[in-house]
Amino acid sequence: MRPCPHTHMHILNVHEFSKTFTIHAINREVPAFTNVSFHLQPGELLVARGANGVGKSSLLRCLYRTYLPSAGHAIYQAQQGTVDLARAAEVDIALLRRNEIGYVSQFLRPRPRVSAIELVMEPLLLAGVPADDARMRAGDWLSRLGLKAAIWPAYPSTFSGGEQQKINLARALIAPRRLLLLDEPNAALDPGARAALRERLSVLKSEGVAMIGVFHHIEDVRDLVDSEVKIANSQ
Amino acid sequence: MLRPYGIRYDMTPTYFDPPRLTADRPLLTAWGLRKTYGRVTAVSGVDLEVYPGETLGIVGESGSGKSTVLRMLNLEEPANAGDYRLNLAAYAGENLLGLDRYRRRELRVTQIGIVYQQPHMGLRMRVSSGGNVAERLIMAGERSFATLRTAARDSLAESEFPLDRLDDPPRLLSGGMQQRVQLAKAIAMRPALLLLDEPTTGLDVSIQALVLDTLLRLRRERRIATVVVSHDLGVIRTLADRVLVMRGGQVVEHGLADQVLDDPQHPYTQQLVHAKL
Repeated sequence: MRPCPHTHMHILNVHEFSKTFTIHAINREVPAFTNVSFHLQPGELLVARGANGVGKSSLLRCLYRTYLPSAGHAIYQAQQGTVDLARAAEVDIALLRRNEIGYVSQFLRPRPRVSAIELVMEPLLLAGVPADDARMRAGDWLSRLGLKAAIWPAYPSTFSGGEQQKINLARALIAPRRLLLLDEPNAALDPGARAALRERLSVLKSEGVAMIGVFHHIEDVRDLVDSEVKIANSQ
Repeated sequence: MLRPYGIRYDMTPTYFDPPRLTADRPLLTAWGLRKTYGRVTAVSGVDLEVYPGETLGIVGESGSGKSTVLRMLNLEEPANAGDYRLNLAAYAGENLLGLDRYRRRELRVTQIGIVYQQPHMGLRMRVSSGGNVAERLIMAGERSFATLRTAARDSLAESEFPLDRLDDPPRLLSGGMQQRVQLAKAIAMRPALLLLDEPTTGLDVSIQALVLDTLLRLRRERRIATVVVSHDLGVIRTLADRVLVMRGGQVVEHGLADQVLDDPQHPYTQQLVHAKL
């Protein structure tokens, strides 16, 4: 079966996408989500809805290929060509992660001895931005999210959950992306940072960035949402 | 191109598409690497590719064959069978496993750098640190003392080695500093391929983090293709883009590093990952 014919309009076309975890130690199959289909245009924000534990995050992770999808297709229009995220070569996925597809997870994975500002600069450095420029843009992001300059050189492993989340957001949103996967980006944020995030998502949308999100505070972004997809599994 | 080990445990073939977006060709391509010691098979049918600027991790427990693979890639351990190529003009179309002694040495000096877990395997412990790095350049034919000194200093500085200790021999240095000297020696000739064998195993956690940071910076600044072998999944998660999981001399699973660690497919990988978390 082929995906929806109007592919040329879409940056992403997801067709009968499914994920089941096989846990060998207990010989069990655990479905995460089953037969999810949707499509997405540039500048569109799509929200994944569903009860707790139906695999909304798993859907985002399968699109990013942190999880290996079990079935279906996710046809993505990259700048250099069309690929199926479900089965694209690993090097192509790595390339897309560097240049086109961003993932905003709920939790920061701090690295020992890497400062907050360096973590935020890193995606820019990987994209070849000079260090001074990267440092300036990272500082701009951190201050907009309300993180005081005094703690930028500190190591985030000691920071509060909210502070870590701000660093994570800045890191995930600082480099230009064509598709953003937002996994509860506003879950642990204070109201000021939530407003800053909403403002930033609105700008990205107007710039044509396509987004798929799972939101804890859906009211923050309600007027930005264009469409939604219901996630369920067959369990 | 279909990978022979691109097969899921349940035997449903999961053939990945060939690269469509990546314009690069792999720097390193190895097929069917095999190594036996008498009747013991250490490595059997291992295939791997590494792209320029990419880091490939190899994980597995002791005896899985991962270090043997690394030593075969360094041409210090002869393979019983296999095909190993580097996409470099001087070696185009050649199976490097068949190089004569002279060209093998030349390739190792100019294009391959290695960092061993045990510093004494890669360094002369009683020669100055600067001298250890310069030796690499001398082997490549450099004779001018001034050039040697400058190049050794530059390489040590890039490895974040404190230059006031340039004249100290490695035996007087801490474990972390010894690894920096090995790294400086490994990158002195600007090789195309960097091999890391448990580069931070045995170091204090905080020292380990500093060495890993240096490696990440080097990877970003130079586009060296890197293969890192470690039993430490934290090191692999930090450094590797892609991962091979080895057991009993064979690759049982491969994938993007976060995918292998967060959604392992093979029963052995699931056991390995869950034992660590």
